[in-house]
Amino acid sequence: MMDYLLTHAPALIIAVPLLGAFLTPLISRINDKLRNIFVILTLGLTTFLVFLLANDVFTNGIRTYVFGHAGDITLPIVRILFEIDGLNAFMAIIGCLLPLIAVIYSWSFIKENTGLDKYYTLILLMTAGMLGMMLTGDMFNFFVFLEITSISSAALVAFWTNKGKASVAAFKYIVISAIGALFVLFAVAILYGQYNALNMAVLANNMSYSFLDKIALVLLIAALAMKSGIVPMHMWLPDAYGRAPSSISIILIGTTQASLYGVLRVCFTLYGSNLTTQINQIGELLISPAVLIAILLIVLALATILVGVLMALKQTDLKRMIGYAAVAEIGFMVLAIGAAISTFQTNAQTGITTMSTTGMVALKGGIFHIINDALDIGLLFLVAGAIYYATKETSLNKLGGLARNMKYTTVLFLIGLFAVSGMPPMNGFASKLLIYESTYQINPILSIVAILSSILLLAVFVKVFHSVFLGPQQSSFKKVKEVPISMLIAMGAIACIIIIFGIFPDLILTNIVNPAAQALASNTPYITSVLGGI
Amino acid sequence: MMEIIEQILNTLDTGSGFWNPLVWGTIILIAFIIGYTIRSFGKIGYKKGTEQTKPFLSGNIEGDKEKSHIKASNLYWGFTESLKGVYSSLTKIHNGNINDYILWFIVIMGIFFIVLVGVF
Repeated sequence: MMDYLLTHAPALIIAVPLLGAFLTPLISRINDKLRNIFVILTLGLTTFLVFLLANDVFTNGIRTYVFGHAGDITLPIVRILFEIDGLNAFMAIIGCLLPLIAVIYSWSFIKENTGLDKYYTLILLMTAGMLGMMLTGDMFNFFVFLEITSISSAALVAFWTNKGKASVAAFKYIVISAIGALFVLFAVAILYGQYNALNMAVLANNMSYSFLDKIALVLLIAALAMKSGIVPMHMWLPDAYGRAPSSISIILIGTTQASLYGVLRVCFTLYGSNLTTQINQIGELLISPAVLIAILLIVLALATILVGVLMALKQTDLKRMIGYAAVAEIGFMVLAIGAAISTFQTNAQTGITTMSTTGMVALKGGIFHIINDALDIGLLFLVAGAIYYATKETSLNKLGGLARNMKYTTVLFLIGLFAVSGMPPMNGFASKLLIYESTYQINPILSIVAILSSILLLAVFVKVFHSVFLGPQQSSFKKVKEVPISMLIAMGAIACIIIIFGIFPDLILTNIVNPAAQALASNTPYITSVLGGI
Repeated sequence: MMEIIEQILNTLDTGSGFWNPLVWGTIILIAFIIGYTIRSFGKIGYKKGTEQTKPFLSGNIEGDKEKSHIKASNLYWGFTESLKGVYSSLTKIHNGNINDYILWFIVIMGIFFIVLVGVF
């Protein structure tokens, strides 16, 4: 049984939430509680399958799964193929954990609302789309899953339609997503037109870095960077994160990171060694594309960190503030990725592309920060939701003294505060330390900006802590009670993972982050696992 | 089993430094014990519910507690005031207009085109 599950895990990881999505409205007609249990079990099973697959990938290496075909892979590859390496497995862990926590949280958080059959159906669709983006080895398939994720996300951002601003935020989100997806499709069409293939490994193997390839690269990076919320293409993000229910904001982090994963896959795997062996000419200057991409990403990352932090400091709405903090956090990841790409080099004799030790540390820091960001910002969104649930208020100017009534929520917020600001011994510190030290060796200014921004991020959340939890009890909040147990369990689960990741960083780095970083360091294993036997 | 315990206790190597939260935690705990020991040598003269516990306001009457809460807009006023120029341009950019959102996307894509495709 377990062998069967493991063999078909890549397909089941998508099929289970997808089938669950279509069954949810039917079960919803029977009983609301039964529907909630069904959704939690569906996502629980998906999480179990992801962990099963991830354990296999981390132990035995890359797994390929060809849909509707049991034998060896044959050329031309026309079937849909999932290829799961360390990075895919790493991302899938995030992609299944966030929705699972969100639905546990939703049990109480969203129970007063109507239309919950649609709410849970969309969450399952969103999860299927997100996991599809993270597992597929096919470019067109990536586009399809991107669309599924975007459409379901937009509908969920607008879930509170009685608040007009939610509909506006959803409209902006769908416009941004549609335009981003259109450019991704355009790039996929360019690549297909040239290589008569859509499979990522085949494309990576045949990539010649022609003029059209360069255009496709630009379209893919720009579109996915916009979907990742990189400054100055980030403005949709605080709108969407801020207006969606908190249980959806936490899953939106996962969808944003799925787009960031796309940037990583395109730069490191699809174009890989072409970025170092080819030369771009700017005027009289000859420079490798890897260095150019690195410079662009680092500049955008610094802008993302600074704009995110400065805008967060000014906000008076709690959820918008966390939204801007999420923007800043994305900057840290992009900074690490840019720093890693800048150290990319190909050996002229062997033709093997490698990364310097500093680059590898930066890459590990960046990847580690992806999961830390999902947990830290996710926890803060859930706490913001808990505050809204208890007080029906998100304005920092109106809140105050809640630590007296909401003791557990206060402690959970403090954990999130320390984690997101990179305070020891929380998880954020370990990943940020790797980023600071590696970027310092590339250019100290990068590290200095990152550290100062992290301090500002601490100031941002100290402001929240003071405004929301400290101070005298406000008469309007005298009757406020602690949130229900399901919400505390969801927040507590994230807080526990944050603390475990913080106290045992090397354990996480060795077992989860290293395989993901190794998967990006060279695209040869990714290509050979599909084409090796042909 | 020993291997797992060893892995759990491992120090994170950052390339040019290291980080071990367990060592850090132990040092913090020792510092706390030392601090607490020093504190215990102090005078035990605190009387709850007396004049001692009231805030000192130079003889003025204490105002309404609820109104004394400093609101979020007033925090970091000096910081935002000194960066007024930066904030004014940042606020201008964040105008909530979807057309501008797309415009920024086009601008960034244009820069990528110029730099990577080499339109020189």
